[in-house]
Parts: sequence; C-alpha cells; structure tokens
Amino acid sequence: MYTKKECVAMLLAGGQGSRLYALTQDMAKPAVPYGGKYRIIDFPLSNCVNSGIDTVGVLTQYQPLVLHDYIGNGQPWDLDKLHGGVHALPPFQTALGAQWYKGTANAIYQNISFADRYNPDYVAILSGDHIYKMDYNQMLEFHKEKNADCTIAVIDVPKEEASRFGIMTADENGMITEFAEKPKEPKSTLASMGIYIFTWSKLKKYLIDNENDENASKDFGKNIIPDMLGNNEVMVAYPFEGYWKDVGTLDSLWEANMDLLNPNIPIDLYDPDWKMYSRNPIKPPQYIGADAVIENSMVTDGCIVNGTVDFSILFEGVEIEAGAVVTDSIIMPGSVIKAGAVVQYAIVGENCTVGENANIGIRPEDCENRDDWGIAVVGHNISISANANVSPKQIVSENM
Amino acid sequence: MKNRNVLGLIFSNMHDDVISDLTKERTMGSVLFGGRYRLIDFPLSSMVNSGIEEVGVITKSNYQSLLDHLGSGREWDLARKRGGLHLLPPFSHVASGMYRGRLEALYGVWDFIKASDADYVLLSDCDVVSNMDYDKVIDYHVSTGADITCVYANDVLTVEQAQRSTIFGINDDGRVVDVLLSPHISGTCNVSLNTFVLNKEFMKNIVLEAASRSLFSFEMNILQGRTHEYKIMAYMHDEYFSRITSMDTYYKSNMALLDSENRKKLFVENRPVYTKVRDNPPVKFGIGSNVRNSLIGDGCVIEGTVENCILFRGVRIAKGASVKNSIIMQDAVIGAKCDINYVITDKRVNVSAQRMLTGSANYPLFLGKGAVI
Repeated sequence: MYTKKECVAMLLAGGQGSRLYALTQDMAKPAVPYGGKYRIIDFPLSNCVNSGIDTVGVLTQYQPLVLHDYIGNGQPWDLDKLHGGVHALPPFQTALGAQWYKGTANAIYQNISFADRYNPDYVAILSGDHIYKMDYNQMLEFHKEKNADCTIAVIDVPKEEASRFGIMTADENGMITEFAEKPKEPKSTLASMGIYIFTWSKLKKYLIDNENDENASKDFGKNIIPDMLGNNEVMVAYPFEGYWKDVGTLDSLWEANMDLLNPNIPIDLYDPDWKMYSRNPIKPPQYIGADAVIENSMVTDGCIVNGTVDFSILFEGVEIEAGAVVTDSIIMPGSVIKAGAVVQYAIVGENCTVGENANIGIRPEDCENRDDWGIAVVGHNISISANANVSPKQIVSENM
Repeated sequence: MKNRNVLGLIFSNMHDDVISDLTKERTMGSVLFGGRYRLIDFPLSSMVNSGIEEVGVITKSNYQSLLDHLGSGREWDLARKRGGLHLLPPFSHVASGMYRGRLEALYGVWDFIKASDADYVLLSDCDVVSNMDYDKVIDYHVSTGADITCVYANDVLTVEQAQRSTIFGINDDGRVVDVLLSPHISGTCNVSLNTFVLNKEFMKNIVLEAASRSLFSFEMNILQGRTHEYKIMAYMHDEYFSRITSMDTYYKSNMALLDSENRKKLFVENRPVYTKVRDNPPVKFGIGSNVRNSLIGDGCVIEGTVENCILFRGVRIAKGASVKNSIIMQDAVIGAKCDINYVITDKRVNVSAQRMLTGSANYPLFLGKGAVI
C-alpha cells in the first residue's frame, strides 16, 4: 500500500561529470563537495524538502559508491520517511536482461514503476549539477495554473552564452513555441535550467513512445521536449530569477564556490527560512590559532588554521599549518596544507597532503602569459611532496 | 568488542547547583560546553564508543532542553530497537517522585533497570568533561571482582573545590578505605569522577534494601557507610579530564580547549564526541575579521575581532566589535563596535552596538539566556 503523492521528484545523478576530471574520477558529479560542508546534491535535495516534495528517486549510475553512502537513508534531509523519502535508483536487471541508463529519458523510463507506486499527478525532473535555491512548489502551482503538460524552468542568460544552453522561445503568455538545444544562433536568451515538471500520465506516454523509437537518443532535450512541442502539447516556461550556476567544469565549480564569498551575489546559505541540509561532520569546532590570519573565507567544523587564509573555502577537518598561505582556493574535506606551502587559485580534493613549501597554482597577475593561466587542481587522496610545484591549469591525479 | 552486557545510566541533574546561573532553565547535562556540545555529550559518547548500547538518562527537573537535545538518540547512534536511549523522568512510586539522592533515583527507575539483561551497570554524572574508555573501567571491575568500582583522578584541589567533591582514601591494593564527602581540605586528592560500575545483581540488593531503610545517598549510605563491608575498588583515570564545580571551573574548562594538546586528548579520532546536529552553514569570516586563538562552532558570521574565545554555533559578531577571553553561546548577536572582555553569555543574548562589558579572569561577567543589552 503506497500513499498517493501529488508530485514525485526524479533526480538525475548518474552523470560522470567528465569535465571535472580528477574530481570525478572516483565519484559521481552530484557527490562533489561544494560550499564548505555540502555536496552538490544537497541543493536539489534540500530544495525538494523545503518545497514540500518528500518523495525523491535519485537515479545513479556512474561511480555511485560515495553518492549512495552519502544519501544513506535520507535522514539528514528528513527524507527517511515511512511513505516516500529518498530512494537511490541504480540500473537493474530484469527478466528481459540488464541495461545501463542510455540517456536521461531512458533512465526515467526504466523507473516508471518507481514513480507509479506513488500514483503521482506530476513528476519533477531535476538534475544534480546545479547550485540554486528554488521553490519547486511555486513552479508546480504555475504548472497547474497554466494547465500545462510540461513546465520548464528558464533563466535569462547573457546573449553571448546562450548557445551553450537549451534555448526557448516563448510567447507573451509563457507558452513555449520553439526549443533549440545549444543553437548556434539563439533566437532568445531564455535558457532551460534542466528542471522540468511534467503531468505524469503525459510524460509516461512520451517516454514509452521514445523508448520504442530505435533511432531516438533517449534524451529529454533531444527527444522528449521536441516531441511534445511537435505534438502541440501545452508547454510553458517558468521564469526563475535568482542564483543558478552550473558546476560542470573546474572553472565553474571554483567560481560557484567563490560566489559564496561575494556579498553581492545572491546565494545565501544563512537564510533560516530556506535551510540547506547536508550530512553533518562529527568533528569538534574549528580552531583558529594564535598566529593565524583569516579573512573573507568560509571554514567548517574540525578545521585547524594556523596559517593565512584569504578568499578561500575550507571543508571539514582541513588543517592549514603555520606559515602556509591559502588564497582564492577551495580545500576539500580532510586535506592538510603543510607549513610554508602556498596554495593560490586552486582546488585541492579530499584527503590530500600538500607538502612543506610546495606551490600550487599562481595568481593570474603573476602569470607571464595569461593564456597559460587557469585553476590548478589536485584530485582526491593525493600527496604532493615538499617543494613540489603544481602549475596553473595543471590537474594532478597521481601523487607527486 | 567484548561480549559483555553493560547498561549505562547518566544522572543529568546531579550538581545542578554548582553552576546555578547556567542550570536555571536546564539540567547540568544540557549545559553548553566547548563551542558545540552539551555536557551530557561527553559521558554519552564515551558510553557509545565503549560499546555500551543501552543507556538510560535519569532526569529530575528542568529537563525540556535535555529532551530536545537528545531526541531519539539518533545522533549518538542510540535510536535502536535493541537497547538504545531511554529518557527516565521522575516517576513516582517513590513517595514524592522527586528523588533526594542517587539511591532513591535508582529505585525510582528500578523497573527499567530490572528489564535490562545487562550484567553490569555503569553510572555517570555530567560534571566531568572527558573522553573516557569505560571498557577499561569495566575490565578492571571484572578482574578485581569488586562489588563497586569508583573512578577517580589525582587532582590538586582548592578548599572550595574539595567542598564540592568526594575524596577517596585508597590502600595499596587499590581498595577504597576511606570516603570524605565535601571535606574542608586542599591539595592533591583522589577525587571521585562520579563514575561507578556495579554488578547488576549487587546493585539490586543495595537499591532495594536502601529503599526499605529510607536511605537515599549512594555516597553517604553505601560508599561511606559500608566502606569495609563491600569490596569497593578505585580505578584511576589518568587521561585528560576537567571537572566542573563552579562558574570559575566551568570557564576554565572551556578555555582549556584553546590548548591544542588538550583538544587532542579530548577529541580523539576514533572516539568522536557526538552531539545534536544543527545544520548550520560553515563559519563565515568577513572582510576585516581578525580572529585568533579561538574555538568556533559552525554557522557563526564574524566581521569583528575575536581573541581567546569560545563561540558556539550561530553567533554573529558585527563589524568593529571586539570580543576577548569570552564564552559566547549559540545564536548570540554582538553588535558593531562592542567591546567585550571576560564575559559568558548564555544562548541568544543580544548586545547592541557600542556596548562595553567587562568581567575578570577569576569572575567572568554572566549574561542570562536571551538577555538584551
């Protein structure tokens, strides 16, 4: 016996996130740490809970160990429910054989029976690669108000960036008249945020049709949305204003973290009315040493800072030894920056050791040729020996 | 993990009176400590880390904050079908329902103890901050064949501290031969850490007998009254601890955590201290923040100067404010350009801009819960 749910969320979390290179070598992108004590998936999960959606299927495929472990029974998000709650949905074997998820639409198709158990009227399709705070319930109300079959959340993007997104053209009532996936010459600046609400009965039909079409690429942007549009289904654009950032690349991940330190950028983690939940570390409070210098930074429980930290984000249990300098950088959980090391414009993964007097990254203004400059990255569980140098743009995925 | 059934019992209200400012609206066990903890977290975590999977918390009064803190016990991994955490508020088949001492309290919850299939019972109060390996204490208790094992430490006490202590005289065999309650002495003493192990069967006998004779004090009627009748052994705890006997020692016990050696001994990697999760964001250090030698809980936003302080979760220090040598409990707001030195603020204190508050090292100024200055 399953309680009926008005709206069930399906969170696509199986992507490799290959453009995060070493950071997603051993974990799926939604499990990548963000913002000092979060992982990317905390944002859509917390949004769900804060929006009153208490049933979430998380579709996993690529390197799911860390992600599954992190989600656990969903308790940190209050999603350990008798009815509903969070469920990890990896690919599975059936009497007809076993298949991987072949695309975003296929992943949902393979889990139709999961959603059906709750007999939902609507299904929200979310992705695990964006940082934003959004009330999905308002979007659902909008969907109902417009009698829509599909509502797509859209955000206005700068014209020059529009060709990186799925671009909508909408009439004055918000009805979508055209959709183009990464168009060379975009006709508007309304970009799809990869957040959809569908009327479930309608979506189910299109998923099944799409699955039966052998030539289809089983993808929402490439198939489902154009198919529905072609059949004149009611499709509306739901305008979103606020902070939304794709963290699919090393640069954008770094920027999205640095945005937290910029008081002019509207991503507020301290808002008691829209709390971001996460699996909290079991660590003592952080200690800032007698000779430490720390400004413009975010630091979490379990950190010990005896060096200099500026414009940086330190995750739980990070230690910055005396004489070490960390600026404009992100240091992920459990890493140690030894005495005298200098880390600038860098991302250091989980449980790394940066040896004494090592140098990781440099400031753009110190780079002779600006084209050579970029964020330096050290993957997870890596030791950098004393006095070693990691150049800008370099991605370290083995001990050095 | 040894296959040994131990029931943990924590007395949350013992010693409430020694820091009455802080226990006005809470139990000793729910007094805030060390930037993110409550005092009960230390014995409770020690129990969990020592493999004790069934714990009863005996309360008396003012226990709302304690219930709120402990909840189902999930954060200590004690939300269990077998064993787990049990809150034991006063329950009156003892005349008044309000126990007068440890024995009476035990008698009041006897049905709970009886139902446990434990062989041993470990009792602890909430006045000692330590990361104790109870497993060793129980080993000692079993190997010596004691009726009662008392945990003590060798400590230098002032007269004031001794008057709030139980002191043991111990012979060469480690047996307790003398018990002094609140003595007028000072110097190096074998001070009780108010942690005891008893065989459950033995405990049954003394608790039921005490009830029939209207005896209520474990220390007075059993330890002191029957020192030679029972085999009472002393187990020395020679690792880190601090004991809270007054506002002064409360302040010093907190400040002791600014010493990295002490932190290493209290926060041991494989014996974590658990506490209630608050889902605070990380600490934000603003432009112009100047923080030194301080312990800071998550969720603080610091834009001023902080030196030699313990800041609990969710404290805000505005621009230009200077907070030194102080303990600021959770969700306090310290206004711009305040100057605060040697102050203890209880939860949710709000100090308006430009106020100056100064206590002294041996007598920190205390601001009660929710005070607005």
